[in-house]
Amino acid sequence: MIARTVSCAVRGLGGVVVSVEADLANGLPAFTIVGLTDRAIQEARERVKAAVRNAGFDFPQRRLTVNLAPAEVPKEGTGFDLAIALAVIVCTGRALDLGETAALGELALDATVRPVTGVLPMARGLRAAGVRRLLVPVENGPEAALVEGLEVVPVPTLQACLRHLDGVELLPGPRSAFAATENGAVTDVADVRGQETAKRALEIAAAGGHNVLMLGPPGAGKTMLARALASLLPDLTTEESLEVAALYSLRGALRERAPTSLRPPFRAPHHSVSRAGLIGGGTGLAHPGEISLAHRGVLLLDEACEFPRSLLEALRQPLEERTVTVTRARGSVTFPAAFTLVAAANPCPCGHLGDGTRPCTCDPRCLAAYQGRLSGPMRDRLDLCVSVPRQPFGVLFAEDGVAGPTSAAVRHRIDAARRRQRERAAEMSTEVTAPSRFSVAADSHLNAALDGSALAIACRPLPAAVRLLAAAGERLGLSARAFHRVLRVSRTIADLAGEERVGEVAVAEALRYRAEASG
Amino acid sequence: MTLDLACAWGPVTEVGGAPAWLMARGDPGWPAGLEHLVDVPARLWLAGRHPPRAPAVAVVGARRATLGGLEVAHRIGSELASAGIQVISGMARGIDAAAHRGAVDGGGTTVAVLGTGIDVCHPAGNLPLRDRILAHGCLVAEDPPGTDAAAFRFPRRNRLIAALSVAVVVVEAAERSGALITARLAADLGREVLAVPGSLLNDRSVGTNRLLRDGAGVWLGLEDLIGAVPRLADRAPRQRMAEATGAPLDPPLARLLELIGTDPVHPDQLAAELAKPAQAVAAQLSALELLGEVRTLPGGLVVRASKAAAPGARDR
Repeated sequence: MIARTVSCAVRGLGGVVVSVEADLANGLPAFTIVGLTDRAIQEARERVKAAVRNAGFDFPQRRLTVNLAPAEVPKEGTGFDLAIALAVIVCTGRALDLGETAALGELALDATVRPVTGVLPMARGLRAAGVRRLLVPVENGPEAALVEGLEVVPVPTLQACLRHLDGVELLPGPRSAFAATENGAVTDVADVRGQETAKRALEIAAAGGHNVLMLGPPGAGKTMLARALASLLPDLTTEESLEVAALYSLRGALRERAPTSLRPPFRAPHHSVSRAGLIGGGTGLAHPGEISLAHRGVLLLDEACEFPRSLLEALRQPLEERTVTVTRARGSVTFPAAFTLVAAANPCPCGHLGDGTRPCTCDPRCLAAYQGRLSGPMRDRLDLCVSVPRQPFGVLFAEDGVAGPTSAAVRHRIDAARRRQRERAAEMSTEVTAPSRFSVAADSHLNAALDGSALAIACRPLPAAVRLLAAAGERLGLSARAFHRVLRVSRTIADLAGEERVGEVAVAEALRYRAEASG
Repeated sequence: MTLDLACAWGPVTEVGGAPAWLMARGDPGWPAGLEHLVDVPARLWLAGRHPPRAPAVAVVGARRATLGGLEVAHRIGSELASAGIQVISGMARGIDAAAHRGAVDGGGTTVAVLGTGIDVCHPAGNLPLRDRILAHGCLVAEDPPGTDAAAFRFPRRNRLIAALSVAVVVVEAAERSGALITARLAADLGREVLAVPGSLLNDRSVGTNRLLRDGAGVWLGLEDLIGAVPRLADRAPRQRMAEATGAPLDPPLARLLELIGTDPVHPDQLAAELAKPAQAVAAQLSALELLGEVRTLPGGLVVRASKAAAPGARDR
């Protein structure tokens, strides 16, 4: 007797439909699971055995073989338990209506169904493959329900699942509300007192998709500013939001961010993070790292100089390609990672350079060495550099302080600037096939992606601006790369001002956000 | 005896491509000032150009100096140089190096008294500076060639700095600093000691401020040195540094420039002072920077530009 149920395996950000086949044959009682499984799936034998018995069925005392097909796709995790149990039960001769139905979930020994990670991407994959009904653990119901056109049945126990399938006692649909809260309070730019230069730099960064380097002593408000940058980025589309939620689901981190939120995510990994934690990876199949959790949002590397250099170097590929490919022994997967990077660093090892309240006790010689921990190629990707001084208490607690514009107000300007960039990119794509720094189409219209000839065409600086650039190149000794950074930023400043061509003022302002000191 | 020692260490004929030679006590050109010492060195190794018979003033201070201190040391070095006074220092990092650079940039000569062998560059990062000193002045060492740096040799070296100079200017010195040893030795030898006053908040002005309390002269400019050492009175500055008198600045730029002094200031403070948006001030600062009126420091603060080049970038 052969039974067949449907479940799902994760591969990158996609779901691979897995057919669970169970065969009962004569012979000594045995229970084997095949199909490139990991240890968790092998242990499923014990869980399924106990759960089936405790649900009130006899576990067949014959030779039972379960195959997870396609057998060449590596599979891991406990999400196959429910589908295996159902297949075993059907195998013993119990008729169940499982047409166009898939099952996900881990089983407890008492036949309770426990939550698993990655339900959202798997639900999307199953829906795409034509599945109409999905049995999921109760806790995973809300996220599965985000996928349209899928009937989600949250099952508390194996018995309840069977009663529902028989039509004896129907289970309620998934809770629609999310108990999940936003990760941390949202910081509005209006909440940040002072720091006018930094706030302006964030506006430019949000408008042009530029990465930012913030230099300032500890406690100056760099983290708060980076959060404010996330509040300045435009809303995600529903599809983008779902993509972000799928990444969080894979990491089992949906509790940290409401999957229905259209606000861009904000992540701030500590500098002790492992390579797998930051970039993605882990044992077995690769999981998305912090850079993917920051997809379409902001990744803050606080104390950036303290991160191991190899980790910072590993960010270069994702910064350019907007995706990250993690290669493991069991295959390589690609996750999206289109984040805006904010690197925050102390200006010097003691942190007091330019502090004003306390003198810097560092040897001026080690400044270059300290800041040199961010390698040249890395700095090349940080278009904006801004110093964040410690605020005097007077500014922090000023009652009469003029509150600046809110994030929502600034976002209007940013949206307009982004619209201009999109239109220009559309025009340019008919003129030239411009090389882009980003390979993902979604972001290639942003000024941060401009390079080479595309940069020159997009900027078309006015004569006065050209003169200023020439003078800057000569007097300030700008390298070609620094020059390009200034141009990209000035293009965004002009877009914010609604100017067709890059003018003198835009270039002059952009020069202030370069990383190099003069002289 | 002297010769034997020299031979034992091998004759040194050049350092960094410049000629080097050995001078013994009593040789013509032996610095008279050294005779004031209790323990007169028997011989000196020299490299570079023969020092002219001009009075010399030592400029010493902290190795870990503040950016402001480096600026001051550089300025003193070039002021002395423009007055035809040789600048003596120890070629250490920080104040010493800035003073040597100032002297060379001011078109004068400078003498570096080393605590190592004549052919050893300590710290190694000062190699470009040493080459400039060799071209515009000379190196002096008491220890035989090949002697490595060791903590106990530097106070010994400091007595030579004190003896070779007519006055010692201390720019920045923390509470316990080698520069204070030089100042004490100089006072013992009857040399004038001047100190640059500093802020009470700056831990590297503690030593200099104490010197002032204990009776050292105040250095505010070359005239203070001439007042303290009358025989330098004929050393009027050869030429005042040309004041930058270009076209007058736009009134808004001039107003912004007025707010920027030699203390580093953050653009946000300027914007708040002028009640202007940060981006407008940013654009104006760039204009001033391109006019050479202000400089941007590492970390983004701005400071009024002295007409000399920035510290650190000169040797390259």
